[in-house]
Amino acid sequence: MSETTVRRAGNRVFIAAVVLACVWVLLPIYLLLINALSAPAEVTGFPKRFWPSFDLASIRFFLGFKGVTSALWNSVQVAVLTMVMAIGAGAPAGYALARFDFPGKQAFRFMVVMTRAFPLPLLALPLAVLFIRVGLDDTVIGLAFVHTTLALPFAVLITYSLFSGIPYELEEAALTLGCNRVQAFLKVVLPLAAPGIAASAVFAFVVSWNEVFASAVLTIEHRTLTAFLLQSLDVSPLPLKFAGGAALVLPALGFIFAVRKYLFAMWGIANR
Amino acid sequence: MAEIEIKGVGKTFGAFTALHSIDLTIKDQEFVVLLGASGCGKTTLLRIIAGLDSPSKGEVWIGGRRVDTLPPRERGISMVFQNYAVFPHLTVFENIAFGLRMQKLPQAEVTRRVTRTAELMHIEALLKRYSGQLSGGQRQRVAVARALAMEPDVILMDEPLSNLDALLRLEMRAELKGVLAASKTTTIYVTHDQVEAMSLADRIAVMHGGDIIQAERPVEVYRNPAARFVGSFIGNPPMNFLPATAAGEGRWQVAGLTFEGPRVAAPQIEFAIRPEDLHPADHGFEAEVRVVEPLGPHTLITASVAGVVMRAVLDSTLALATGDHITLSPVADRIRWFDLATQKAIA
Repeated sequence: MSETTVRRAGNRVFIAAVVLACVWVLLPIYLLLINALSAPAEVTGFPKRFWPSFDLASIRFFLGFKGVTSALWNSVQVAVLTMVMAIGAGAPAGYALARFDFPGKQAFRFMVVMTRAFPLPLLALPLAVLFIRVGLDDTVIGLAFVHTTLALPFAVLITYSLFSGIPYELEEAALTLGCNRVQAFLKVVLPLAAPGIAASAVFAFVVSWNEVFASAVLTIEHRTLTAFLLQSLDVSPLPLKFAGGAALVLPALGFIFAVRKYLFAMWGIANR
Repeated sequence: MAEIEIKGVGKTFGAFTALHSIDLTIKDQEFVVLLGASGCGKTTLLRIIAGLDSPSKGEVWIGGRRVDTLPPRERGISMVFQNYAVFPHLTVFENIAFGLRMQKLPQAEVTRRVTRTAELMHIEALLKRYSGQLSGGQRQRVAVARALAMEPDVILMDEPLSNLDALLRLEMRAELKGVLAASKTTTIYVTHDQVEAMSLADRIAVMHGGDIIQAERPVEVYRNPAARFVGSFIGNPPMNFLPATAAGEGRWQVAGLTFEGPRVAAPQIEFAIRPEDLHPADHGFEAEVRVVEPLGPHTLITASVAGVVMRAVLDSTLALATGDHITLSPVADRIRWFDLATQKAIA
């Protein structure tokens, strides 16, 4: 075999792998959309249409379903609280990691990642007991605390790489030009880091938005949308499942797509 | 008026001593260059004066005020950084205005000062641009303009020209000298480039291993190095050194020749001569030419004298080739002597 044939064969394998990966990701989303945007009768019928009929009956049915709107509202509240708390605690930690050398820095970085090592089911029961004792069970803020724990490592890592990318010299220049440390941060670092911080906030939002296990265990009356759908999975009709699935997936996908550049930065792939 | 006094300043990072005990007084409006190889402590000293690092011991006084416990903004200094540190999210105008706005100056005054310094640095046309739209040389100009607009008592510069290409560096060097002289500020300038140091400084402070070895006028530093290190660091090619053996009271044997030298008791010291102070003559060091490098105005030769490599800068009309034997005579009043143990110059 000549070199070109080998290379061509290699190319074909590569293209096939890319196509496979795309289908793997896109096909379920495609099916979800088709069914969410079709009339209930079409959802249960067969064969499927290639293009959705853009009949909003399924969506309307979903939104009108008892408990959906309040679950949706709970999801938004928990996600926003998670976002605020994860950035509020994570960004200062990321800044400290990026700017200062302190004893135990490596251990701290490791601990940040380690918080993700414990499976949530293991923690859920003790947490539920604890929450009941202190009265945080079945509350939006209580769930937001748990979600913050899940989102925090990412918030720390993303902002760490973000602040590391802003030369310290810029802050020092601001210090020599009349700023104190806080002013230097607000006037120089923050404007430069703002888009990345926003991205990290969006990511925290999505982590909370998608989380189902803790939500299902820790809430009863105040279910988030994920927990609500999980709970009613076996009793709800097919169109509701599809519409609910789409309502969950689309915002998350859209947000993640919008901030993808910064998420790559977390792993040092992108150079900014 | 801003005289700077550095009294016994030392800095340690853990077990590493970056600065031992620095004493240096810089007169008002003086241009002092801190010169040394990387790691000699020159940038650390500058950062301590700026207030970006704090000294482990000693005091820093600026304009009669002790400043070593004050934050940078209360020291009356501005600084130009090696990588310019031009704020990427602000226009050139707002960069230059940054410090003025921090001082809450009225808008008219801000505009006046920004315009004036921008004209001084020839960047009036760039005021609306962002740093991403500027070349390295232009960013450098913005950084200097930003420092000058503060009308500081002291300007600190940390290798400001080292990131520019050679031609631009030459141009900026001359321009900086003119601008800084006109601004009547006291300037401390850090560089590892001896040519930059020679051309800019009123006084060069040569640093080595966390100490200031010599702080004198450039010509003095060049002609009368206080230590062997200074002679070997300054000058391109550097000073030549030959071992000298005692041969009676004040007489020294150097590569087969006898010289009048210092009256010290040591059995062996070092003889030093600059490459341009060696001339072909009938009587002198027997040298075998190893390398001939014609440079235009003169020719640089590398030769072996009694097994030691020496360099000489000779007239370019001399016809020399590798393997030739020549006799090189040192200019008598340019000969310097160094103690082997202390490495210091012997008067």
